[in-house]
Amino acid sequence: MSLTPDDVKRIARLARIETSDAEAQATQAQLNSIFDLIATMQAVDTRGVSPMAHAQEVYQRLRDDVVTETDRHAAFQAVAPAVENGLYLVPKVIE
Amino acid sequence: MSETSLSTLAAQLAGKQISSRELAQQYLDRIAALNPAINAFITVDAEKTLLEAAAADALIAAGQAGPLTGVPIAHKDIFCTDGWLTTCGSKMLSNFVAPYDAHVIQRFKAAGMPSLGKTNMDEFAMGSSNETSYFGTVKNPWNPAYVPGGSSGGAAACVAARMAPAATGTDTGGSIRQPAALCGITGLKPTYGLVSRYGMIAFASSLDQAGPMAPSAEDCALLLNAMTGFDPKDSTSLDREKEDYTRDLDKPLAGLRVGLPKEFFAEGLNSEVAAAVEAAVNELKKLGATPVEISLANSQLAIPVYYVLAPAEASSNLSRFDGVRYGYRAPEYASLDDMYCKTRAQGFGAEVKRRILIGAYVLSHGYYDAYYLQAQKIRRLIADDFGAAFKACDVILGPTAPGTAFKLGEKSDDPVEMYLNDLYTIPANLAGLPGMSLPCGFDAQGLPIGLQLVGNYFSEAKMLNVAHQYQRVTDWHTRAPEGLK
Amino acid sequence: MKWETVIGLEVHTQLATKSKIFSGSSTAFGAAPNTQASAVDIALPGVLPVLNRGAVECAIKFALAIGANLNRVNVFDRKNYFYPDLPKGYQISQLAKPIVEGGALKIQVGDSERTINLTRAHMEEDAGKSLHEDFHGMTGIDLNRAGTPLLEIVSEPEMRSSAEAVAYARALHTLVTWIGICDGNMQEGSFRVDANVSVRPVGQAEFGTRREIKNLNSFRFLQQAIDYEVRWQIETLEDGGRIEQATVLFDPDTGETRMMRSKEDAHDYRYFPDPDLLPVRLDEDWIEAVRATLPELPAAMQARFQRDYGVSAYDAAVLTGSRALADYFEAAAKACGQGKLAANWVMGELSAALNKAELDIAQSPVSAARLGTLIARIQDGTLSGKLARQVFEGLWEGAGEVDAIIEARGLKQMSDSGELEKIVDEVLAANPKSVEEFRSGKEKAFNALVGQVMKASRGKANPAQVNELLKAKLQ
Repeated sequence: MSLTPDDVKRIARLARIETSDAEAQATQAQLNSIFDLIATMQAVDTRGVSPMAHAQEVYQRLRDDVVTETDRHAAFQAVAPAVENGLYLVPKVIE
Repeated sequence: MSETSLSTLAAQLAGKQISSRELAQQYLDRIAALNPAINAFITVDAEKTLLEAAAADALIAAGQAGPLTGVPIAHKDIFCTDGWLTTCGSKMLSNFVAPYDAHVIQRFKAAGMPSLGKTNMDEFAMGSSNETSYFGTVKNPWNPAYVPGGSSGGAAACVAARMAPAATGTDTGGSIRQPAALCGITGLKPTYGLVSRYGMIAFASSLDQAGPMAPSAEDCALLLNAMTGFDPKDSTSLDREKEDYTRDLDKPLAGLRVGLPKEFFAEGLNSEVAAAVEAAVNELKKLGATPVEISLANSQLAIPVYYVLAPAEASSNLSRFDGVRYGYRAPEYASLDDMYCKTRAQGFGAEVKRRILIGAYVLSHGYYDAYYLQAQKIRRLIADDFGAAFKACDVILGPTAPGTAFKLGEKSDDPVEMYLNDLYTIPANLAGLPGMSLPCGFDAQGLPIGLQLVGNYFSEAKMLNVAHQYQRVTDWHTRAPEGLK
Repeated sequence: MKWETVIGLEVHTQLATKSKIFSGSSTAFGAAPNTQASAVDIALPGVLPVLNRGAVECAIKFALAIGANLNRVNVFDRKNYFYPDLPKGYQISQLAKPIVEGGALKIQVGDSERTINLTRAHMEEDAGKSLHEDFHGMTGIDLNRAGTPLLEIVSEPEMRSSAEAVAYARALHTLVTWIGICDGNMQEGSFRVDANVSVRPVGQAEFGTRREIKNLNSFRFLQQAIDYEVRWQIETLEDGGRIEQATVLFDPDTGETRMMRSKEDAHDYRYFPDPDLLPVRLDEDWIEAVRATLPELPAAMQARFQRDYGVSAYDAAVLTGSRALADYFEAAAKACGQGKLAANWVMGELSAALNKAELDIAQSPVSAARLGTLIARIQDGTLSGKLARQVFEGLWEGAGEVDAIIEARGLKQMSDSGELEKIVDEVLAANPKSVEEFRSGKEKAFNALVGQVMKASRGKANPAQVNELLKAKLQ
């Protein structure tokens, strides 16, 4: 399998990474060499093998329903690009 | 000072032969002298360091010192550190002063260990040479024309150059072990879940694990005592009884079965490295260990599997870097969407973008089963191989990396070439097993060679025992780069 | 051509936990912007989620209440997309292995009852809020709501009219508030409905193309939006057009739905299991412990009300419209031992008064105990219906206990027959004409006489008694 420049543009779009046609071209070559490497995986017969999503076979631990957090928005917003009245500002969202 | 172990330093501090402030100052001076050439640190803040050292001295004076109180340590810039710039090696976080401490940072603070600063790393821990850092490449202290390995290259380099007696690192596919090998130090990646990931900026959540980096196995054991432990803030943190990882250091190795995976000695392995590893096996034999050949057949697939799973998780983990709440925001944009796209295009480096794209692709509609699910299934097969292998041996031994350090720029244009560096380290991450690297020789150019041990789950004490016994009869780990003395 | 409407609902219920689903921040509504947004909620680098037991228990309660299947092992997935009110760039949700599957809900439309099957219900986190009022061309983001636990409840496409959809939504609203997993406050967005609507020619087996109406936050809007959408779809098809799958928004001002996004620019969410969270296991002991905390459910209570208090199926359904109403009714019925009468008063006089005063049953100035006593006084003949209504007014004004009001206002029905006989004699003496007419066979004259007696007794005479006495005297 190999990616087309359009594939690259599509996934760059999904990932919200601005990519010029030239960049897409260059990236495409590199990604294809990586996917050639990945392709070696496809030959393996994995029928009946259960996928391994975690390094340990354990179940989720649960938190008691108690409020433990306090207001730290001043500290958090000290490192924010744009804030006003305690709100994070972004370019107008059109719905 | 450059050849003192953590236990010696701790003893000197406890015996008031030196204060933590004095010790910290000595390292700060060495950093000031050497770092411009090595670039192992992204942030050094002498004032903060000395304040923490003073606090440690107070603890010692009050007789409340722990085993490592007052001993300074350098932290990989992947750990959020309250009040410290925390960049993860990226332009995206080049202005991010963390408002909280990672669990690992909290533990070392609690142990009374002052921070010497934040070490350089591959951007978001994605790299094997430290060349993807936004803050410049790190030079290998053994030869500044060579890479230190990555992603914990700054950590490995600062310890190798004795700019710090110890450092923290993180390992997703070999990021502690490979730079430890290339810089001639000892580094350990614990069993997944032993060290909390809270506050450690995520690369691939199901693989990431923090660990200690220091000259010797004994040092690593002491550091591991300080950094492991249950953390309710990390759902994958394991609630186990606390261990003393130094407890077995002095056990004899008689009867130890050392598994040698034939796949790890096949073609692709540099002959000098092979020779050094075989020499190490002979040393262990002398100590009473028995080599047994084992097979990890599916480990051949570790790299393809890893380059599906790690980018998939990373593509999602790195979505939070959108220029809205912290970090870099593009200076000019036409709309919200344009702000996202420009911020992420400008804030991330080439390798990070590459992996985000791979991840987005393998998870995208129509490809999930063929890539992501298939990779998760083979991950299981790789883990099962280890399970079978540990029926025949107590610890697995092999090379850490296929070769020694390579020249800066040599592989940076060929991602696949670069990825092959982690051939031997990735399987342990996929299985969640502990792995460590320790020095076992030098090549013809005088570059260090690393020996890898992979143990069964929670067998860190055993691995450290093997490594320590080896280090008692060898001096590779005590060697420091001549030029820097 | 005759058309059939097909509707399925997806309801987002905010779970009534104290803290968020993956962090220890408060879920209280209305705090100052971002003051309830912790490091985890704003997705600082390095933070990790830990699941709230309370949220899981809410989901378990719901499953038990609708007889659904609880997946003993269920899994959280990441749904990836970029939006400023979604701090992580993904929403933690459940796709492949949700906690709840199946189950059913009975709905009452008019006097016909139907059962609507549920597909699934899964836990997920709510997003923050985008404030669109203009900050010099910018939008403000408040993340207080981010991470609030949600249970998304998905029905099968089994509703065939907006009336059924509303009945289902109401029944669901009653249930989730009844079992206490959601406060049901629709103004504050605690209960938000998405409606999947399509139409097809009657008799056609396969479904038509559906459009999804997002975020309806009142039952009225739900009805209006579906009615408009159905009309629009039928007109479009009859004009030879075709329906494109799309997501639409309902505009309450125009009463119309408008396109939000088409299928073309639908997202590719790249779902995958969240590596930060492990599979959730529900063990039997836990499930049984939660079951033990469930209150009697509406359906069971309706059956019991019909059986124990002899009320009709319809009345039972109305009386179990909310737990507070049901509890009030039962307390009143117990106090007077007159179920049917209690039902009439609760659904009649009381409800009317509450509606007029725009009060909730919980705020009723008349306690169930007092209403019960009032009804008992009707039963023992102390009060006529007419007098009882006067006493009720007294109770409503807070004039004290029933008997005290009867005394104070002299509203006791005349029980002393001697006194009544005296009045009757006076009336007969004063109305010879009517007496004449009656004797000559004019029945109407009798009623006139009764009226006169009642009037003379200022309403306190017992009408039945008056009838007997008059008849006896006129023989």
